[in-house]
Amino acid sequence: MDQSDNTFARIEALIEPFNKKGVAITPETRFQQDLEWDSLTVLDFVASIEDEFDILITMNMQAEIETVGQLAGAVRELSKR
Amino acid sequence: MNDLLSKFDPLIEQREKLLESGVTDPFNLVMERVESPTVAICNGRRTILLGTYNYMGMTFDPDVIAAGKKALDEFGSGTTGSRVLNGTYVGHRAVEDALREFYAMDHAMVFSTGYQANLGVISTLAGKDDYVVLDIDSHASIYDGCAMGNAQIVPFRHNDVGALEKRLNRIPPEAGKLVVLEGVYSMMGDVAPLKEMVAVSKAAGAMVLVDEAHSMGFIGEHGRGVAEAQGVIDDVDFIIGTFSKSVGTVGGFCVSNHPKFEILRLVCRPYVFTASLPPSVVATAATSVRKLMHGAEKRAHLWENSKRLHGGLKQLGFTLGTDEPQSAIIAVIMPDLETGAAMWEALLKEGLYVNLARPPATPAGMTLLRCSLCAEHSSDQVGEVLNIFAAAGRATGCIQ
Repeated sequence: MDQSDNTFARIEALIEPFNKKGVAITPETRFQQDLEWDSLTVLDFVASIEDEFDILITMNMQAEIETVGQLAGAVRELSKR
Repeated sequence: MNDLLSKFDPLIEQREKLLESGVTDPFNLVMERVESPTVAICNGRRTILLGTYNYMGMTFDPDVIAAGKKALDEFGSGTTGSRVLNGTYVGHRAVEDALREFYAMDHAMVFSTGYQANLGVISTLAGKDDYVVLDIDSHASIYDGCAMGNAQIVPFRHNDVGALEKRLNRIPPEAGKLVVLEGVYSMMGDVAPLKEMVAVSKAAGAMVLVDEAHSMGFIGEHGRGVAEAQGVIDDVDFIIGTFSKSVGTVGGFCVSNHPKFEILRLVCRPYVFTASLPPSVVATAATSVRKLMHGAEKRAHLWENSKRLHGGLKQLGFTLGTDEPQSAIIAVIMPDLETGAAMWEALLKEGLYVNLARPPATPAGMTLLRCSLCAEHSSDQVGEVLNIFAAAGRATGCIQ
């Protein structure tokens, strides 16, 4: 995975306020199973990602994103557009 | 063989655990007899109904019943056909006329259920390249409409005008946009800030659809709903409603002033590929809708009931979904599913039926005892309801 930019670090920083269990964040960390986020937490987190990167992540896209690494990839793609 | 039902094992287990505790199954209640909009016999016991959405109490209105019987005699038990083939009788046209008059709008289209009205209209309006911006607490029929149309779904935090505006502005300006809102949200009974939300949506170039299922008949000067009460009904492109609440029968509808609205009758699959409502149902609906145009006194009594129940439950120490009564729904928040089920059963044993609502229907994983009032609840009944809540609340430890 392309980790040459700081996308992953910026995402990691945005996860922190919602990381109530203090889970160590890696590209393989899963939002639902590992972070145990409910739909409301996901909603607020997605809003903060959208603000940070000035992109729109629809619910349809969210359904395809399971891990932090996948999110970083999607954010890079969307930021290019 | 891979058992396709295995994915429901966690739910099966949760249900078994709950029922093992000896509690009555809250999702398997049978009404043995129904005496009136507010009283039924359940498990042989006379029970006050406080969870039926029968807001205006039209189910036993003598004119409504007479109209249904007459249509049953004259037109038979069913149409056995689609609205676009052999399923449009004079009664279907008559109820659409009544709706156009009730809402003072140019077009009305009746579906076989409220669920199908949302499913059909949203899936037909918003396709793969269009965006549906919706409140995260939207009804299942709204989400299913988006999925059926394969639309891009953009949710925003419940009733948050700023979040709606922000997300609207991130959508490509040239894309088709539909903002879907509800007048009253049925779980907590709270009202949407439609005035601000409709303004923000229009400024972003979006069309607006408002589901007024839980407000028709008693909110707004003519009972047209929250959009009317907040003065923005003329800016709403589509209003979705139902016959299964204030109207007191079954069916759904969409009303609109859009000049191209009638084409929906040919392209909306949940309208075309299903049988139309039975003649007796549309006859009862038309009679009821016309009577609701003159329901000012009943409306006033319903509000009185809502305020009294809300104030009384608050005083008893229950946690409620809203600080002030905003609709005819009052949600009592339970600490967890087990306590909720115990409280629900205690109420039933004392002769009171409310809805037990739990995830995924509820927001934020809450368990709720949802009460919906009826204009036909007498002041004495509301007093009895409060007494039963007090006794059951103390018995289950929900209140001191």
